[in-house]
Amino acid sequence: MTFLSIKNSAPFTHQVSSVQKIMFTVLLALIPATAFNLYLFGWPAILLFTVTVGACVVVEAGCLILAGQPVKATLNDYSAVLTGWLLAMSLPPWAPWWIGVLGAIFAIALAKHPFGGIGQNVFNPAMVARVALLISFPVAMTVWVMPHPLFSAHAPGLADAIAITFGGQMPDAVSAASALGHIKTELSRGIPVSQSLAQAPDMMDMMLGYRAGSLGETSAILILAGGLFLMARRIISWHIPLSVMGGVFLMGAIFHAVDPARFAPGTFHLVSGATFLGAFFIATDYVTSPVSKKGQLIFGLGCGVLIWLIRTFAGYPEGVAFAVLLMNALVPIIDQYTRPRAFGRTRKGEPLPLGKENP
Amino acid sequence: MKLFPIRGGIHPDYRKELTSEKAIVALPMPVALYIPLQQHIGAPAEVLVNEGDPVKKGQMIARSGGTVSAPQHAPTSGRIKAITAIAAPHPSGLAQTTIILEPDGKDEWGELPEPIADPFTADTHTINERVAASGIVGMGGAAFPSAIKLNLGTQKKLEILLLNGAECEPYLTCDDRVMREYADEIIDGARIMAHALGVPRVVIAIEQNKPQAIDAMTRAASTFSEVEVVGVPVQYPMGSERHLVQAITGRETPAKKLTADIGVVVHNVATARAVHHAVRFGRPLISRVVTVSGNAVREPNNIEVPIGARVADLIAFCGGFAVEPESLINGGPLMGQPLPGLDVPVIKGMSGILALTAAEINQQPASACIRCGNCVTICPCGLVPVEMAAFIRKDNFKVAAQLGVMDCVSCGSCSWLCPSHIPLVHYFNYAKGMINAQDRERRKIEQTRILAEAHTLRVEKAAADKAATLAAKKAQAAAAAAAKEKDETPA
Repeated sequence: MTFLSIKNSAPFTHQVSSVQKIMFTVLLALIPATAFNLYLFGWPAILLFTVTVGACVVVEAGCLILAGQPVKATLNDYSAVLTGWLLAMSLPPWAPWWIGVLGAIFAIALAKHPFGGIGQNVFNPAMVARVALLISFPVAMTVWVMPHPLFSAHAPGLADAIAITFGGQMPDAVSAASALGHIKTELSRGIPVSQSLAQAPDMMDMMLGYRAGSLGETSAILILAGGLFLMARRIISWHIPLSVMGGVFLMGAIFHAVDPARFAPGTFHLVSGATFLGAFFIATDYVTSPVSKKGQLIFGLGCGVLIWLIRTFAGYPEGVAFAVLLMNALVPIIDQYTRPRAFGRTRKGEPLPLGKENP
Repeated sequence: MKLFPIRGGIHPDYRKELTSEKAIVALPMPVALYIPLQQHIGAPAEVLVNEGDPVKKGQMIARSGGTVSAPQHAPTSGRIKAITAIAAPHPSGLAQTTIILEPDGKDEWGELPEPIADPFTADTHTINERVAASGIVGMGGAAFPSAIKLNLGTQKKLEILLLNGAECEPYLTCDDRVMREYADEIIDGARIMAHALGVPRVVIAIEQNKPQAIDAMTRAASTFSEVEVVGVPVQYPMGSERHLVQAITGRETPAKKLTADIGVVVHNVATARAVHHAVRFGRPLISRVVTVSGNAVREPNNIEVPIGARVADLIAFCGGFAVEPESLINGGPLMGQPLPGLDVPVIKGMSGILALTAAEINQQPASACIRCGNCVTICPCGLVPVEMAAFIRKDNFKVAAQLGVMDCVSCGSCSWLCPSHIPLVHYFNYAKGMINAQDRERRKIEQTRILAEAHTLRVEKAAADKAATLAAKKAQAAAAAAAKEKDETPA
């Protein structure tokens, strides 16, 4: 008898899909918003972005070597690039280089690999890094600049940019408050939201992204485009983005209706800060979000409500990173309570009673 | 007809075009047929012939070996060359007793049972006896003896006979071709089965990617008001018994129950055709249609094969291999079993033989799970594959069982879809085997404990009895002595 070697078990057909393809598609979806913001904030932003992504890849390689895991195969999944990319997008655009490098160490060496590397981390690495940086270096992490588009009159050249990013020579009089920060400060001075809101960029600029903000978060429209692309490619579903934005908007709208002087409107919360980036690209991180659709809705809604709570009542003007991390901690429990009902069984796991076959 | 949605499922590349337009052709009689005694679920058949015996086509050569069993018949006339152990068409390649028949080339029918003149006035028992004696088993792949399922009407209140023509596995086209080419035979067999079951209604479910089969079956069924042909959505695993019943009736079969408990009995379309042959002509199940396909085969085809022909004979008939196959499979690519070699025979439940290239299989090395949750979304059984696999990796079968691994139908959708190429369904099959083995072990220990306790009780009782007898004797002796003493005492 001629024996064939049996190499595999069923199934003997597989979808053409891979972790690498998924990560690559997410990167692709980030390109429009990132490219626009790199243009908007010029050479210093480009340098910081490059340093952050590069540092993440280097730290990942180091961790893989220490863990004795295959280096090349794992680097090829682009997950470190994505973490670095998202981290960079959440940094002040003219932040110094060491912010990016420290962030990479926080994200990859502390938030990702101690748990076992890709797929194992409980918390979103990019957001752990952002929060750790924000708490450790509150000044460097809150220096916002007005848009200085590349090649425009006041834009720093490459030499100026090197001085800003690597020399720590932040020019004076370029800093600006983010809209959320502005409202918070004014409120603490007793100026009602209704007044301070008038000085914030108008709705159109907020949507398009011509405003101060983190390196990649300012253009709601371009982030939305990327998010819709991911949905069309079935990388993400609508559940998390919609519930995050729904949560933020509803809380904002309800409280604004109650007291317009104290609370900013829902639409303002929706388009300012990192709401869009968080809803489409941060909260949707596979590893740190629930696996069932029902769980994802609860998770997203929790993120949305927490974002609004932190923005409105906590010491920080922006709350996306905190909200996502807090909800990350709840994911195992959400997963446990949102398991689907098994075929032929009740929610409690008992066989369906006969005569009631249409649950 | 109103259909009902089923949960999850996938849409793999169907690749049925390789054989869907190939009309069924008969395999030239091979030089030897290898007929295993165990081709079905249940006890193996018992041999009725000896080495050297001449046999006629259709003659019973092994009889049913128990309540759940099926007989085997000679697929052609010839001589019994040997009764010996050869490798079974099973991944293990373990040997099992097989009757080797050397055809004489005359293909002469032996004496067959009389056709049942009017099956619609015959009683259930007569029809079921014929189906059982004809060696008919479920031809969709499970190979459960059909007569037992036809007997369900006497035990349960049934409403619908559902014929499964979904053929949701990629590549396979044997049911499609049988429906296109022998629609009348299937409808007649189905009506006979419905009569035996005592059900008023027959529904034939066919996936909508087989429009010609739907047309042919609808035409054949048009004169019978009780028979309805329904096109069901193309959604793997639509052909899973419980899911098809849900799609057609909206009823969800409770866990640990049969579809018959909710009034529906499901049979494969090819089984209905075999019933037609057995009842109308007295012919036993001695051949079946097999799809031979895959890119490693030179000329894929649908072939009517005598039971016992070797896989090698089929591959040779299809022009041999175009390239060395990566895997050789019995059944469809999603739930099929790898074959240990080319020398194994075709058996009654074998719907397809696939010789697949590495490119078609697209098996990649597994990487870490990224918790994308797709396996949860598509699991047609409402399970959480990602979580079950995590526990099974640590051999924690208790939690895996609590999470429902025993409810998994092994459809393979999760493995097909996993972007990390984790062999999820393989984990579940492993866990099911381990849990069953542990259960058997537990039952055995329990049984031993009961026997041991009974033994101890018996021993104790015997000892107590003995002591009691002894004590009684002693007391008697003492009383006698006392009486004697009393007697001897002077008054």
